Amino acid sequence: MPNSKLKQAFESGKFVVTAEAGPLKGTDITELEEISNLLKSKVDALNVTDQQSSVMRLGSLAVCHLLKGWGMEPIFQLTCRDRNRIALQSDLLSASVLGVENCVALTGDLPSSGDHPQAKPVYDLDSVSLLSVISGLNAGKDMMGNELKGKTDFFAGAVVNPGADTEASYELQIMKMEKKIAAGARFFQTQAVYDPEAFSRFMKRVEQYRVPVLAGVIPLKSAGMAKFMNKSVAGICVPQTMIDRISKAEDKTRTGIEMCAELIKQLKGMCQGVHIMAIGWEKKVPEIIDAAGL
Amino acid sequence: MIVGERKTFEQIWDSVKGFKSLLVLGCGTCVAVCQSGGEKEVGLLASELRMKSRMDGLEIKIGEATIERQCDREFFDSIKDKAKEYDAILSMACGAGVQFTSEVLEPIRVYPALNTRFIGVTEAEGNWAERCRACGNCIVGDYGGICPMTICAKGLVNGPCGGSKNGKCEAGQEKDCAWVLIYNRLKRQNRLDNLRAPAATKDYSKQTHPGRYINEVYLKPKMEDKSAQ
Repeated sequence: MPNSKLKQAFESGKFVVTAEAGPLKGTDITELEEISNLLKSKVDALNVTDQQSSVMRLGSLAVCHLLKGWGMEPIFQLTCRDRNRIALQSDLLSASVLGVENCVALTGDLPSSGDHPQAKPVYDLDSVSLLSVISGLNAGKDMMGNELKGKTDFFAGAVVNPGADTEASYELQIMKMEKKIAAGARFFQTQAVYDPEAFSRFMKRVEQYRVPVLAGVIPLKSAGMAKFMNKSVAGICVPQTMIDRISKAEDKTRTGIEMCAELIKQLKGMCQGVHIMAIGWEKKVPEIIDAAGL
Repeated sequence: MIVGERKTFEQIWDSVKGFKSLLVLGCGTCVAVCQSGGEKEVGLLASELRMKSRMDGLEIKIGEATIERQCDREFFDSIKDKAKEYDAILSMACGAGVQFTSEVLEPIRVYPALNTRFIGVTEAEGNWAERCRACGNCIVGDYGGICPMTICAKGLVNGPCGGSKNGKCEAGQEKDCAWVLIYNRLKRQNRLDNLRAPAATKDYSKQTHPGRYINEVYLKPKMEDKSAQ
């Protein structure tokens, strides 16, 4: 009987902690197993990204299945970039029979940003319609209304960008968040937050929806990384004070972990959990969690 | 209009250099407006080809002609006889025109001189931009007259992805985020509520290829003609 541990964690009222692991290009799963073992007792669930940044890698579904075997609660990330509605529904059924209970529906980056820029972008569905499809599969029907022999029981989530930079972008994020909730999103993960005040305003705006939100955090590794994200990544705005601090730090790793932990402490009272996107620092996630006192 | 972009001279030359005679055939409609395949461009390409053939010591007879439209049979009457004097035709029309020329003027070989890019508009002199994907199910009325299927790089119909930055698209800072455009126009028109309901799921069954459109009004008289005979 499927029973999402992530769902139980939200229902228990505890401050939920999730992290993220990106499969590598190739079949070597040694590091993924190490990360899984290291984080098993530290996080409530681990997101597995789906061809992150449009770079071709080992698939999210297979890794989610491996995580189950290693005792880790997986969150199956599913983008609309590479699969049409037939493949998306089929992969969801496959995930279900492999025991995967959580998924996050995303649009997906454009292929042009990855390592196969000549690929055909699909986007047959979008994140909102994909969430409706998941709700349908949970109710025993495919998106054409055909009866399933054996239904799914996914705990489905979605993403939202609380740091959209213009009135139009911000309002559109909120409107789309409402649509995602109506379509069946039961929790949200956000784009990386660096400004607790702006995040607090966002949370006040969306608390009426009563859907748990995990604040996204990315530990800073260098000033260069912060500047790159400010310039190139939508919705991320690292304040100058943080850039200066990591820039001046002698032990940048130590300082990066400390800053991330301090941020989590500040965000803790505002939302229902935190989603740590370590981007290469997955093995340092336990240190961040310990330093944040979680 | 259908916007075309001329292939590089090297690509064109490689496809036609083996012929003894070549007719450069322009199209006087869309590609003339977007300055890639009209009468003027026929003249330029023919001159380039003559220079190149002379430089390479080849004797190629290069002729020029432009018809009103290469996608309409009636306009070929004026060049049918002339075309027979040539081994090959270099069509400067869109992909539809190239194929129709091949069909109407068979067995003469026809080669494309353009790459057909999109259905678009003239934004400024020498600057054309896509506006329509020909999806077969126009929804722009709900989006303030801005097509999310075309202007959004991902064709999203339920709102923007997370990649919109400063009103620009993840695909490049020179591209506007369609959703910011849609939001701003609907706000000016006081109808932002249009965006609140989930969009109908896209129906790609209307995009099966090759497409065909039959207008019964024009079919009927033919049938009546037959029955009268």
